[in-house]
Amino acid sequence: MRNKRKIFARIYLWIILAVLYAPIVFIAVFSFTEAKSMGNWTGFSMNLYKNLFTGSMQNSSGLLSAVQNTLLIALVASVVATFLGTVAAIGIFNLKGRRKATMTFLNNIPMINPDIITGVSLFLLFVFLHISQGYTTVILAHITFCTPYVVLNVIPKLSQMNPNIYEAALDLGATPMQALRKVLVPALRPGMISGFILSFTMSLDDFAVTFFTRGTIGLDTLSTYIYTDARKGGLTPELKPLMTILFLIILAVLLVINIRQSKNNDKK
Amino acid sequence: MNKRSNWALPYFIFLILFVVLPLLLILIYALQDNSGHFTFANITKFFSDGDSLSTFALSIEVAIENTLLCILIGYPAAYILADKSLNRSAVTVVLFILPMWINALMRTLATAELFNMAGIPLGKGTLLFGMCYDYLPFMIYPIYNVLNKMDKSYAEAAQDLGATPGEVFRKVTLPLSMPGVMSGVMMVFMPTVSTFAISEFLTNNKIKLFGTIIQENINNSMWNYGAALALIMLVIIGITTFFQGGDTEEAANGGVI
Repeated sequence: MRNKRKIFARIYLWIILAVLYAPIVFIAVFSFTEAKSMGNWTGFSMNLYKNLFTGSMQNSSGLLSAVQNTLLIALVASVVATFLGTVAAIGIFNLKGRRKATMTFLNNIPMINPDIITGVSLFLLFVFLHISQGYTTVILAHITFCTPYVVLNVIPKLSQMNPNIYEAALDLGATPMQALRKVLVPALRPGMISGFILSFTMSLDDFAVTFFTRGTIGLDTLSTYIYTDARKGGLTPELKPLMTILFLIILAVLLVINIRQSKNNDKK
Repeated sequence: MNKRSNWALPYFIFLILFVVLPLLLILIYALQDNSGHFTFANITKFFSDGDSLSTFALSIEVAIENTLLCILIGYPAAYILADKSLNRSAVTVVLFILPMWINALMRTLATAELFNMAGIPLGKGTLLFGMCYDYLPFMIYPIYNVLNKMDKSYAEAAQDLGATPGEVFRKVTLPLSMPGVMSGVMMVFMPTVSTFAISEFLTNNKIKLFGTIIQENINNSMWNYGAALALIMLVIIGITTFFQGGDTEEAANGGVI
């Protein structure tokens, strides 16, 4: 009876996983052939990989700059969001009563809003203020939807922290700056790191917000590049090897992190 | 200690400028005509425009169906993942979240291509399948989180007091896991109403959802009508958040390892 339940549960999970991974496997398989459209097998070939690394493909500069933009925007936005969010979390944690409730409420808005609302509202803001749209506006928009997650990841670390340690450092002669660097930041670091990782991945994956705030200067991230490409009809075939490589990198990183974590847990 | 609360000030200004003001601008643009005069015309246009109304109704319908589908498929998966006697490996949980790190548009295009290869015509069925595919992890993860943190002694107590496994689930586990389901609903329902690229790819532009008409209006410089449509969506978000109670703590942990 118990065993049957277990087998049934296993099968259920594996079916869902198979469906979830089918498109990714599909992309990976068809990255090893040269055909333009995805479902077309014209024999095994590594040419798409070669093209990707030598840059010898149509519109190669477009794809490569889209990748660069995606990484640059994600990096800048998540660094700023981590800084802004951590400072804000310390502030919000020390607020009381109605002011605290107001800040928490405001902080929740970007997380509740669907991307399209964030995108359209920021688009209207930049139009209203006559700010020409491009890198800066996209980065500002990404900071807007990333920071709340940093705040929510740092606040629990503040409540776990013993407030007396900071005061003790001051009493023992540390300057506020030293106390900040040597006491506060180390205590908050896990929250800052998970806030940063979350921000970075959300920024990488964002489509709608970027789409509305990138303006008309031809700025593309990977998402908007894929969107325009697909709407034009043919997807750049080199995207398939690119996605396959990205997937393998992410898979490796996550497996290493998790195996380490479970090892640490076992030790405890 | 008091001074430290001032640290919230920069972020407060940032939120006013980049969250509150933009949302107010949606309201202002929605209530203006092209030349900036006050009008309700954009709102009344929506309620008298058959196309917009039917798109809206269809979006809500698809979103409800998708949310139910995600709960139906996702809840058992989350339950199995959180049950130590059925699943002991943390890696399985990671496997469920991993696809989210691959560009959603690319995955959606591949899904549409798979349907083409299988000879299944793109339409509402494929749209629902693809939506469910895209949003399932967002349903599984919050439910898993709640189930995982749940105090198992409640279920054990119910069992000791003579409840059957079915009763334990219905009267103890399910009610206690409702916060997880609610944050899952939050992360699936509104995004489904508002997606545009995903629905375009999965139906070959045959079916438009609400997000698509907002996007088309904004991109064709019909900002006022686009803003009015966004405003209608905001009202719905307000209503659903009100019923949900605005608990976003779970949602915040949605994507982390």
